[in-house]
Amino acid sequence: MIIKNITVVEDDWSVLRLTENDSPQTVEVATGRVIVPLSVWLAQRDSLKNRAEIGVWLHSCEDPEALREDLACFAVIGVAFPKFADGRGYSIAHYVRERLGYKGELRAIGDVLRDQLFYMQRMGFDAFAVRADKDIHDALKGLSDFSEVYQASIDQPLPLFRRVQRGGVSK
Amino acid sequence: MYRYDQYDHRIVEERVAQFRDQVSRRLSGELTEDEFRILRLQNGLYMQIHAYMLRIAVPYGLLSSTQVRMFAHIARKYDREYGHFSTRQNIQFNWVKLPDVPDILDELASVEMHANQTSGNCIRNITCDEYAGVAQDELVDPRPYAEILRQWSTFHPEFAFLPRKFKFAITGATQDRAAIEVHDIGLAVVKNQLGEVGFRVLVGGGLGRTPVIGTEISAFVPWQDVISYVESIVRVYNQYGRRDNLYKARIKILVKALGIEEFRRQVEAEWEFTRGGPCTITVEELNRVAAFFEAPAYEVLPEIDAGVVALQSDNKGFANWMQRNVKPHKVPGYASVVLSLKKTGVAPGDATAEQMDAVAILADRFSFGEVRITHMQNIVLADVRQSDLAALWQAAKQLGLATPNIGLLTDIICCPGGDFCALANARSIPLARAIAECFEDIDFLHDIGEIDLNISGCVNACAHHHIGHIGILGVDKDGEEWYQVSIGGAQGNNSSIGKVIGRSFSFGQVPEVLARLLQVYVEARFDDERFIDTVRRIGYEPFKDYVYASPVEDDKELAGVDYELLKAGVPYDMPYYSPRF
Repeated sequence: MIIKNITVVEDDWSVLRLTENDSPQTVEVATGRVIVPLSVWLAQRDSLKNRAEIGVWLHSCEDPEALREDLACFAVIGVAFPKFADGRGYSIAHYVRERLGYKGELRAIGDVLRDQLFYMQRMGFDAFAVRADKDIHDALKGLSDFSEVYQASIDQPLPLFRRVQRGGVSK
Repeated sequence: MYRYDQYDHRIVEERVAQFRDQVSRRLSGELTEDEFRILRLQNGLYMQIHAYMLRIAVPYGLLSSTQVRMFAHIARKYDREYGHFSTRQNIQFNWVKLPDVPDILDELASVEMHANQTSGNCIRNITCDEYAGVAQDELVDPRPYAEILRQWSTFHPEFAFLPRKFKFAITGATQDRAAIEVHDIGLAVVKNQLGEVGFRVLVGGGLGRTPVIGTEISAFVPWQDVISYVESIVRVYNQYGRRDNLYKARIKILVKALGIEEFRRQVEAEWEFTRGGPCTITVEELNRVAAFFEAPAYEVLPEIDAGVVALQSDNKGFANWMQRNVKPHKVPGYASVVLSLKKTGVAPGDATAEQMDAVAILADRFSFGEVRITHMQNIVLADVRQSDLAALWQAAKQLGLATPNIGLLTDIICCPGGDFCALANARSIPLARAIAECFEDIDFLHDIGEIDLNISGCVNACAHHHIGHIGILGVDKDGEEWYQVSIGGAQGNNSSIGKVIGRSFSFGQVPEVLARLLQVYVEARFDDERFIDTVRRIGYEPFKDYVYASPVEDDKELAGVDYELLKAGVPYDMPYYSPRF
């Protein structure tokens, strides 16, 4: 189960994670819907790009620029949060949406918890693979913690001061 | 001052509701302490030695009398009838209970206050010149920009989990009173040759374990572009700042590692994509916010008030207070008054509920209902008629807020230290008291003149000991508290990092060490040369040589009984030093 478009839905994508013994060149990518690490995509690009559906995911230390030429190949791009306090994924999402112009599914994976979902949504994530030990229906509530925001972001490209008539000094 | 509209109210109220839910999930065990810790820190809630501490934001140091009364109310209802003003112009309550915190935040929200982002690895409360809007040397009032940046940084979705905390300071005057050179980003409002307003931007300053003076990354960023520019800085930092080592995670380390040229190149490459975009501040928004900071209705008054002059010559106490605690104002006939929170025997920066209520009354009576908190941990009434100074002095004396020591040795900047803080290696408040008691003589203090003494209980440097003319740092040696002494630090336009004079001292030795440093100064100074200027002229060796020339007596009684209990591992639930217990 994941949260997608503000709803809990079934999910049949699997996320491929390399073990110590795997190498990106030789690891076998199962058939079906698989989200592969960037290193595997780069190593096996020629065969993977012929698949009907494929996804790729980034570690928080990886540069999303590597995906620029291949964006059209992906049904899903995942961004890993190794710990929820590792905030690099937010800037990666910004880059993928804003600088690469990616419009498809952007999925947060890893240490994905209710109390960060609102920020993730604002940075352009639209799918959330909530950590397995947490109640995903409860986590859904995190997407509506706030009804108003100050800054521009991916889901709200205008800052508050450009969107509304704000209160001034009362005469 | 700035007032919330419905949007500000809604955002703050929704934040309180969010945190109320998080607290209840913590209390039910649904959230682990590891998960909750970072959430509570972003709401200003620390776990200290004895209890939770709540740090409430005072945006750029500015308060209304209504807000000050709320602090007094919180002190009475939820704490032990006092609060502590910090070096980030915030207030801290040391004895709150977790289930009460959502209610405290609700009460704060009712007077347009909050505790958002006063801790955690996010953008913290933006600090500002405490004389903004009234200083004679001000080019542009920085407060509208501070407020615009406050809103931009509040719950910024990309920057809630930075590698480490991130601090801004902003000034609009020629004299820097906001210590912008030792902040992650320091902003100085400037005008270019065309008279256009912009910002000189410094980056990578900071204290802590590795003190660094900030470097100029841009000499002039037009005011319209300041959000997109600082956003580019923080974005580069969020991606590339170190996350593997807590002690190397601040932006100063990244700037040093890349070099300022490469760092600037990366920031400007990023800025290219956002400059001129929706983040660009509009004239309408600047005008809307700036209108909140327009000057109050000053009266036309003579430059000099004859009554003040007369009382100064008649009354030495008043004259001392005028000399130290009263600052010039840009409007004739007005002055800014510093209420000292540094009375000997009181923890530096502490104010009782009674004092806070009284300060609110004084603000309403004498200063258009506004109060400022300084990063030196004092209170300022910024807009006082000179003809009211005598009455204000009398009232402040009654309250114990008129100690004429602003800028002097006993105006000690001091962190909570080992009495409260779980990070501290050593106590700082009791040491501040011991020092203040040794050097209490007001004539001696006035003779020594301006000197910044800063005491931090650990290397995190909450009391900015690196930029004290004399800095004292608590260090731990085999479980014992010791103090390292440095001299030659300074804040302001000509900042410098102090240099440690040598091996550290016991608690009971520190006052004698200070006495020796001052003796060297008194003998070497020219006329009214300040301590820091003497250090800069003659170097630190004469001070070092004299301090270590003969054994320094260890006055064991100074350290106090409680320290013996502490060392023996006996738990104590009350800090040794506070007049409030």
